[in-house]
Parts: sequence; C-alpha cells; structure tokens
Amino acid sequence: MRGLVPIAGIILLALLPLVGLSTYMMHILILVIMWSVIGMAWNLLGGYCGQVSFGHAAFFGTGAYTAGILYLKLGVSAWWGFPLSIVVVGVMALIIGFICLRLRGPFFALATLAMGEVLRVTAENLRGFTNGTLGILIQKRTWVEKTWYYYIILAIAVFTFLLIRRLVNSRLGYYFLAIREDQDAAESLGINTTLYKTVALLISAILTGFAGVFYMNYMGYIDPEIVYALHDISIITIMVVMVGGVATFWGPAVGALIMVLLAELIRSLPRIGTAHQSLFGILLILIIIFLPNGIVGDFPKLKTILRRRA
Amino acid sequence: MDPVKVEVFLQTLIAGILLGGLYALIGLGMTLIMGVMRIINLAHGELMMVAMYMAYWLFTLLHIDPYLAVFIVAPAMFFFGMAIQRFLINPVLRVEAILPENQVILTVGIGMVLSNLATIMFTSDYRSTPVEYASDAWYLSDLWRSSPIELSFSVPWVVSFLFAVVITALLWYFLTRTDTGKSIRATAQDRDAALLMGVNVERMKLLTFGLGASLVGAAGCLFIPLYYLYPALGGRFTLIAFVITILGGLGSTVGAIIGGVLLGVFESMTATYLGMGWAPVGRFIIFVAALVFLPGGIASVLRRRRLGG
Amino acid sequence: MRPLLELKGVSKFFGGLAALVDVSFTVNEGEVVGLIGPNGAGKTTLFNVINGFYKPSKGEVYFDGKRISGLRPHRICRLGVARTFQVVKPLQRLTVIDNVMASAFLRSPSRQEALERAEKILHFVGLYEDRETVSKNLPLGKRKKLEIARALATEPKLLLLDESFAGLNPKEQAEMIETIKKINREGVTILIIEHHMRVIMSISNRVVVLNYGEKIAEGSPQEVASSPEVIKAYLGETAVA
Repeated sequence: MRGLVPIAGIILLALLPLVGLSTYMMHILILVIMWSVIGMAWNLLGGYCGQVSFGHAAFFGTGAYTAGILYLKLGVSAWWGFPLSIVVVGVMALIIGFICLRLRGPFFALATLAMGEVLRVTAENLRGFTNGTLGILIQKRTWVEKTWYYYIILAIAVFTFLLIRRLVNSRLGYYFLAIREDQDAAESLGINTTLYKTVALLISAILTGFAGVFYMNYMGYIDPEIVYALHDISIITIMVVMVGGVATFWGPAVGALIMVLLAELIRSLPRIGTAHQSLFGILLILIIIFLPNGIVGDFPKLKTILRRRA
Repeated sequence: MDPVKVEVFLQTLIAGILLGGLYALIGLGMTLIMGVMRIINLAHGELMMVAMYMAYWLFTLLHIDPYLAVFIVAPAMFFFGMAIQRFLINPVLRVEAILPENQVILTVGIGMVLSNLATIMFTSDYRSTPVEYASDAWYLSDLWRSSPIELSFSVPWVVSFLFAVVITALLWYFLTRTDTGKSIRATAQDRDAALLMGVNVERMKLLTFGLGASLVGAAGCLFIPLYYLYPALGGRFTLIAFVITILGGLGSTVGAIIGGVLLGVFESMTATYLGMGWAPVGRFIIFVAALVFLPGGIASVLRRRRLGG
Repeated sequence: MRPLLELKGVSKFFGGLAALVDVSFTVNEGEVVGLIGPNGAGKTTLFNVINGFYKPSKGEVYFDGKRISGLRPHRICRLGVARTFQVVKPLQRLTVIDNVMASAFLRSPSRQEALERAEKILHFVGLYEDRETVSKNLPLGKRKKLEIARALATEPKLLLLDESFAGLNPKEQAEMIETIKKINREGVTILIIEHHMRVIMSISNRVVVLNYGEKIAEGSPQEVASSPEVIKAYLGETAVA
C-alpha cells in the first residue's frame, strides 16, 4: 500500500495541467517543484550525511551559468546545460569538497557559505565571460506556455526523489547516516568518510545544478545576485528542508510548498511585502525552537499537540 | 625605485593596517563568542549594523559625535547581546535535533530579521554621517619637511584605529587580569573543568555574548565616520568576522588581532593592485588558503613556536 | 604462535608533550592481551595509534606482517582491526540493528547479507531482543555490548576493547567476561584496556603495563602483579590487586 502513495502522487501531478490551471498557478507549481528538487538534493548531503551546506547557491548558480554561457557565448540552446552541467557542477563540487569537507560541523557550513560568495563575486567580476552584473538574458524562450516546463521539472523531481530514496536505503545510505551520527566511529568501523562525504556532496551538487539549468531556461534571465544569492537561494534551501523535515523523504516537498506559498502570500500583501525577510526569519527561529525536525519529522509531536487542544 | 610606486605601496599598506585594526575588533567579538559558546554568530555583522544606526541617529538627532557615541552604543549593545543569548540562543541549545547546526541557522534567522527591520524602519537608502573632520588628513610633509615621499593619514581613520587599539588593550586587560575575564577564558578552554572549578558557566555565556556584541557595536561607531551605512551591510561584515576567526584560529584572541590586520592589508592591496571589485575575492583567497594550508589558523603557529615542537 | 600485531618503538608527542615513549610489544594470534596502567598512562593514545587516528611520531606498527602506521583508520579496519571506544559512540538516532548493519556492509555489500550478519551478531552478544530500539535509549550496559557488536560486524582479526567494563554492575561484568571469552574462542585476537584487575587476571594470557607513556612491565598476569615496578606505579593511584 505504502509503495503506491508516490506513484499515485506522481500520476496526480502529471494530470494536473490538464485541469486547465491559470498561468499563475502553473508558475507557482513549477516553483514548488523546483524548490523540492533543491531541497531534496540538500537533504541528501545535509539531512542524511550531516554536512550542512550554507552555500548551495554555488551549485544552483553554476548550473544556471553553465546553461546561460552556452547560450551567450556559443549560441547553443541553454537546454544543453543539462548534460554539460554534470561535468561543470561536478568539478566544482569536487573542488569545493576538497577545500571544505576537511572541516566539521559549523565550520563546514561556513566554508561552503564562503564558497557561494566567492562564486558570486567571481561571476560579477568576470564580465567578459558572464556579462557581470548585467546578467544573461535569453532573447526568446523555448515555450511561452508553461506546460512543458512543468513536465520537465516534474521529471527531474521524480528522478531526484527515486534516486535519493534508493541511495538512502542502500549501503551508501547507512554510511551517510553513520557519518552524520559520528564521524570518528564511522571511520574506525571501516567507512572511508572522506570518500562518502564527497559522494554525497557530488550527487547533491549535480541535482542542485539541474535545478539551476532549469531556472535559466524557464526564467530566461539570470544575474549573479539572483542565482548565487546567499539569502534567497542558500538560506531558503535550508529553510525549505528545515520547515519540511530534515532527513525525511517528503520533508523537502512539504517545505517547498509552504515556503513558496508563504513567499507569494507575503508578496501579495501590500505594505507587509517589504517585511518578507523578517517573517521568514521569525518563521525560521520558531521552527528551530519548536519543531526542530520539521513538519514531517515532528509530525507525531504535532499530532499530539493538536489532539490535546481539541 | 620609482618614488610614486613606493608612495602608492606605503599608502596602501597604511590604509590596510588602519582598516585591519577595525577588522580585528569585529573579529575579536566573534572569536570570543566562538570560544566560549562553540557557536558561530552569523548575526555578528547585523549587530554591527544595528550599532551603526544607533550611532547615526545619535549624531543626526542629538549631535553626539560618533566617537562619544561609543560610550553609549557599546553598553546598549552589551544588553542587546545578552538578551539575544538569553531568550533565543539558550532555548535552542536545549532542543534535541538531528542537526547540531541549528544554532548557527538560528543566528542566520536573527540576522535576517535585524537587517530587514532596519530596511523597514530606515529604508534601504545609503546614509553617511557628515562629521566635519571627515576629509581632514595629516601629511607626512608636515612632520618631516624634507621627506622624499608624501603620505597622507586620514584623521577619522587614524582616530578610529587608535580607538580600536585602546579598546583591544582594555579587553586584553579584562581577560587576563580580572576574575571574570579569567573565568571567561577558563570556560573557553574547558567548559567541564571550569564548571568543576565553580565557574558559573551560564553566566559566562551570557556575559560573553554581551561582550561580543558590544565589541562589534564599538566597531560600528568607529566605522560610522568612514563608511556609508545601509541595512544590508551586515552580511559583508559577518563574513569578514568569520574569515578573521578562521584565519586567526578559532577562539584565539591574539590570532584574531593578527588575522584582522593581515586581512585588512591584503584587502587593501587587492583593491589597489587588482581593482575594487576584487577586494572581496582577495578576502576569500585568504580564507581558503587558511583552511587548506593553515587548518589551526595563526593560533596554531603561535602555539608551535611557544612549545618549540 | 604467529605475531599478529607488532609495535616497534612507538612514540607519540603532542607539541612538546610525550604521550607514548618507545613502546614495543607483540600480540600473538589467538591471544587475549591486557593493557593496564594508571590514568593518563597513554593506553587510549596507544589504541588511537594502532587504529590509525594518530600517526606515531616515531616507530612503526605492523599488523599481520604489513606496516599499518600511517594508514587511515578505515583502511586499517578493512585489514582486520576493529575497536571500541571508552566513551561509547553508537550512532545515536539509529536502531540497534541499523547500527550493526552500517558496519556489516564492510564485508557484505548486499543488504540481505548485511542484515543476516547483523542479526547473527546480535544473537551472539545477546542484543537480539533490542534490535529495534533506538540506540540512544539503551542503558549503558547494552550500549557497551552494541559497541562490541558493531566492531565484530567488521569481522576483525584483532579487536581493541577500550574499557568495556567501566560502569557495569557485577552481573553485567560477568556477562561481558563470557562474551569476550566467546569472541576469543571464535578465533579473534583481543587487546583490552581495563582498570578492573580481577577482570584482567581472569581473561588475559598476558599483560602489558604502561606508565607515563612507557612500557614498564610485560608478562603473565601473575608475573605482572608481583612486579615491584608495577606495584610502585599503582601505589598512591589506587590500591588494586
């Protein structure tokens, strides 16, 4: 029975555009799914392997720029970013991993944060290559309509979900958890912690890079402030997972749904709109204090609280 | 040697050292908090931003000079820091969660709220504090008539630097000569041992966060005559403080001072010789180099020297 | 008797501090060797050197005829050295069975095989009933057993036990002695750090004594217990034996 839930969910999502949703609704759905992908990718590294990255914008941005530069410099369709980003983002992940993975806990977190910032500043300054702060604009997007974009990001999300579920249930998943719980113990029990942390980072980075490639194609415009953003990408990624549930399969999707809807809601309110970062910040603080394992992770706790109220 | 080149080099070096002194003050606050609480305070730069707005309004409304404002803002930030520690960070230390980085993420949340509230209250306009000595400078030729080269020393930069040196000296005195200071250092070295020796660790944590906040608050006042002020400036200084902490060695005060000056000089050099836009990159190059080649930071080098190992 | 573990002149310095000085001894295949000494004598440091957390400052460690000093811990574990920790380090939020499986994967890549091996080991150490318990909820005695189960799941030839008896009540201690004897009968060589002299006397074939990082005695439990050097080292420490 339980195995059928994801399949039913996928079919439902696949049929959704046929209902005839408005362009705006489709846009929201696409954003939710894109953020689910980023959240799931982060969760593999952060939630399961315990390496909390504050710099996933590094991979998102590099994916987006891989696609953008292909279009800008070679005149090739930005969709070719998908195959190419595997190499570019992969190499980037290996370099960042080499520098950062020797650090533990908060130091890893901060080192990755710095890496994201390095890439942002680099993209701003390498004007000849990236167009600097002017950004990259795709003159004519592939489709005006949203449906195809929806199916593409949905396919990426389904692939990501299945891949991660499979990994987590395999030998690798046990190694990731062992590393998260106690690196020294893991190492002394024969687990090559450096290798497996790098593997987790690599997979997480490439999946995040896919979301970036998609973003370039879908939005048609990127600049360093957008795709290498510390708050709007790296921190929101963490929030998506923390709100939804760290180290759960469905947490990132739930978190993405809540965060995207919340962002839209706040933006639509006049006057409150400018306060959206404060509201996000307060939400983050509340979640950390009261639901440290997220909505999915602390679901049992939530249920008992609600029942007591009723 | 081309005297113009020498002049540019020396001028850059001086600018770097002056900047570095202020950086050291920011780094000291973070490294203290780091040492005692094992927490990286990612709202550090935002705390400085708050202090800068205090100094700005004190100047604009009450015409209090920023250098006098230090004596109002630093104590205010002390209590503000203690409140954050008491009501936000402490509760999270007790929460059981999968990711111990929760505390760091919490400080990110605090930083977001602070910078956003500043935007709402004061708009995102750039503001500057028009002190009348803003562009005054001392010249080398005034002191030494026949000097072959000319160097200028900006008055506010030099005064800010001297203030930073005095505050650092006071901090050093506090940490090494007073009982409370010694207790803070003991807590940083070994929390359990400090607890056994009767140190009130909870109180030390509270004091340390307050102290860290007031140090960065003082730095904010010293920066006000020199820099533009805008709500988003905190993030940049959080990163600077963090780079200094890593470069200096986690929790090491001497390391933070040396690290701050090194970073200031390095940034000033990249800005002069590579262009303004690359100064942040220089900052990160130092950071990455420290991570890769000097994992324990400057503090580890100092320790090795001392033990002769 | 074939030597399994050989330490040749191992020293370890931290800064200017000497934690181990020129320690040499051999553990033969099939033996149970006790490692004793007052607090701070360098016993756990020695384990950290053997298992690869520390690189010796001087000297070499050989295992099964191969030099292992300088290798990373996971490589040394793969060669057949497993250890437990004085402060137990179970994977806190995982169940008992998952804890053991995480190590069982080292020798059995398939999930099914790893599961079977893990279950067999849990039967062996007497934790099978607790297999679904989250390990942070286990009482200390069982956590110590879990620690051993995880080490066994890597199929070691040499097992390093770091104070497996500390904090156990007399009944648990007796069980632990039985378990260790059983492990040894299965052909696993054991090097054990222990404070309880009674335990050491009853299970070790030989005893090595460290004091201030130096080996001060080696021999049968009886010989060591009557050595004047050892008695001197322990006097003022605790009146043991």
